[in-house]
Amino acid sequence: MLRVESVTKRFQGLVAVQDLSFEIIKGEILAIIGPNGAGKSTVFNLITGTLKPTSGQIFINELDITGAWPHQVASKGISRTFQTTSLFDQLRVIDNLMIGYKWRTKLGFWNTLFHTPRWKAHQAETYQRAMETLKFLGLAEKHDQFVPALSQEEQKRLAIGIALVCKPQVLLLDEPTGGLIQEETDRVTDLIRRVREQGTTVCLIEHKMQMIMGVADRIVVLNYGKKISEGSPAEVQSDQAVIEAYLGGEVHA
Amino acid sequence: MDLFLQQVFNGIMFGSTYAIVALGLTLVMGILNIPNFAHGHLYMLGGYLLFFFGSTIGLGYWFGLIVSVAAMGVVGVLMERIVYRPLNDQPHINAFIAAVGSLLFLESFALVVWGSQGLRIPNPYPQMIEIMGITTSIQRLLVIIGAVLLIAGLHLFMKKTILGATIEAVAQNREGAMLTGINVNRVSAMTFAISAGTAAVAASLLSPIFMLSPSMGAILGMKAFVIVILGGMGSIPGAIFGGYLLGLIEALGGGYLSAAYKDVFAFGALILILSIKPTGLFGQKEV
Amino acid sequence: MFTKPIHTKLLYLAILAAALLLPWYVPDAYIFQIVTMSILYAVAASGMNLILGFTGQVTLAHGAFFGMGAYGVAIMTKAGIIFWLALPVSALIAAFIGLLIGLPTLRTRGAYFAIVTLCFGVIVWIVSGNWVELTGGHNGIFGIPRPSPIPVPFFGQIEFFSQTSMYYLSLAVLLLVLFALYRLVYSVFGLTFMAVRNNEPLADSVGINTYATKLISFVAGNFIAGLAGGMYAAIMGAVSPSAAGYMLTFNFLIFVILGGMATLPGPVVGAFAIPVLMEFMQFLDDYRMLIFGALLIVVIIYFPMGLVGGLRRLNQKVAARRQQKVSESGHASR
Repeated sequence: MLRVESVTKRFQGLVAVQDLSFEIIKGEILAIIGPNGAGKSTVFNLITGTLKPTSGQIFINELDITGAWPHQVASKGISRTFQTTSLFDQLRVIDNLMIGYKWRTKLGFWNTLFHTPRWKAHQAETYQRAMETLKFLGLAEKHDQFVPALSQEEQKRLAIGIALVCKPQVLLLDEPTGGLIQEETDRVTDLIRRVREQGTTVCLIEHKMQMIMGVADRIVVLNYGKKISEGSPAEVQSDQAVIEAYLGGEVHA
Repeated sequence: MDLFLQQVFNGIMFGSTYAIVALGLTLVMGILNIPNFAHGHLYMLGGYLLFFFGSTIGLGYWFGLIVSVAAMGVVGVLMERIVYRPLNDQPHINAFIAAVGSLLFLESFALVVWGSQGLRIPNPYPQMIEIMGITTSIQRLLVIIGAVLLIAGLHLFMKKTILGATIEAVAQNREGAMLTGINVNRVSAMTFAISAGTAAVAASLLSPIFMLSPSMGAILGMKAFVIVILGGMGSIPGAIFGGYLLGLIEALGGGYLSAAYKDVFAFGALILILSIKPTGLFGQKEV
Repeated sequence: MFTKPIHTKLLYLAILAAALLLPWYVPDAYIFQIVTMSILYAVAASGMNLILGFTGQVTLAHGAFFGMGAYGVAIMTKAGIIFWLALPVSALIAAFIGLLIGLPTLRTRGAYFAIVTLCFGVIVWIVSGNWVELTGGHNGIFGIPRPSPIPVPFFGQIEFFSQTSMYYLSLAVLLLVLFALYRLVYSVFGLTFMAVRNNEPLADSVGINTYATKLISFVAGNFIAGLAGGMYAAIMGAVSPSAAGYMLTFNFLIFVILGGMATLPGPVVGAFAIPVLMEFMQFLDDYRMLIFGALLIVVIIYFPMGLVGGLRRLNQKVAARRQQKVSESGHASR
């Protein structure tokens, strides 16, 4: 459903991503792994329009979204989270989610100014959907609190929720469990599984091998911006190129 | 032809001032990522301190200059400590607002202490000389030579000393410099001292020729912003080149444009260029 | 979702009643004039607050857009156009010029926008002082007619010759602007402004067109500034370059920051409290700007939400303590 086709990204002579092609298949959990600096986050930035590829194309449901603005990409049903937990930390929990749903509504300037019937309907719908998402995240009773009052794990959940509230087709998660302890990681992993069961396709970047092997259907391995392996967890684990890349670089357990 | 050369000479003289002031500003903007709206007012204060030390206390021009430049260095450090450092971790716009506060404070400070009417610093070298058909006073020549010496000195400082190299590294890449363990706070304070000190040098060189007034920093400060944006934030060559260019354009274009609209064109050019290339002529970094 | 506690509502009602009855207990024409001006400053500062406080874009040309409204009304009414048409047209001109300035500059982040608007503010100020044919140069324009009477069926007509009537007209404009801002800001749409201020990359990634959001905020804020400026011209009967100057921008900035940015009452409180304070500080003369410059720095460092933000925090603390006491006494009685 989301296809990356021979995408290359250069930064002033430095090649961050080189001739990369892969596809995210509807309904799966795909993991992108690789040593530090392999270009994983860059791939997300290229898909979501934060960066423009030097060459190559990106399609969602056969629709070319190469070089689109981030907000346009989002409105094609591609949501993402950021590596460093990125939230609207001056606002309340519920506000964070309502902002995430806004593009699906017609809550623009004039509708808001004149409180049109459409505004009433959409404002109510937004609130309802935000509360629904909060319940799904297990944060319903915290809806009125400000973001800094949440624990680290709750903030990670909220970040996923902001991306999830608009019912995206594909959810891109950049290290959703980074910095969490084992117990918290398990809970977030469980949340990711439930996201998929809801019908959202998931693509995640992660360092924690044990977690990935447990949750991912397929894995794409990057090294120095190039795809060196792709397949089921078992296939990837026994791939000689992957073992070399990890032993040559850093080993992540 | 003589008139043309005369205008070129004047352009270089004003360009020297612009270059020095823009130089100090580009360092501060590169280091702290905030526009120090009060930079022109540091220039103004430098001029008044020369008046204070040189004339009121009676140290004379040269000794007064040295003391006022040193005093402005202290003012720069204080400004960094009191106004900007507490805002390091807060949203950027808070520092912008604090900059406006400093601007208002400095201007009314000069107004309160020295009054609104123009003050004159006695010109130490009023004698006229003639070179290549241009008639000029020695003081005007001194502005140009002083600026060249200051720029050369600053260049040597940046290239040959560790502190200078550190400042340049932070100006170009703050995050990178922090990763290498540089004490960014100390560098910030030093940069403010240099920035304010150089502004005082520029004011000291030029103010025997023109009157001092509390509002003289405002327009100059804005021109420095124009130069810095066009030359690229944190870029020293950009500031020097842009400073002389603006001085020459103004001097040569001044004959064709009305005096009242002279400044409108500089600022208009800025808006136009930013419309076409939002990151400045040579800049890449977004702040 | 966005409701206020009952005692806050009562407070606002009391203030409104006091404002409506003001002409009866303030007979002094000079103070009355100051209050009327404060209303207009409150309108303009509220517009600035939309851009600066809620959307986080440091605009330093607000005085210029105020001036466009003022000169627009002055020029048009002198040319024979009725005030009721000249006022909205002037505000629209201010909004449109704001759009032209915002289109290229709001793509950039942070410092560039602040610098460009500062430069633009100076340009407008210089032009207003030098374009003698249009603006009357440094002397400005005087003899601006009062708004024409509005006919009301069965009642006669509302006339605008007295100061009192202009006071009520200004008050009506302020209430209308605050009402519109209230609707805009306390809504999902308003949250997008704050999203842009708080975390632009994240706002982008959740499908908000941050560029368009900033533009809307800037244009709407400048429309409000133009509206306030137009009212100013009609009340003063004269405009001069100081009505478009950058000192005016700095005054608005002081009102917004000291009153409390990103709060709706903040700029209103600032615009009323500070001119009154300045009147009392008349004897300090030149020292006033020295104090307010320093105050701007202190407030932005230690109370970034200004007076209103500080009061709100105090209110929350009191409420929290009361709740704690209630729960403690509950435990004790058990």
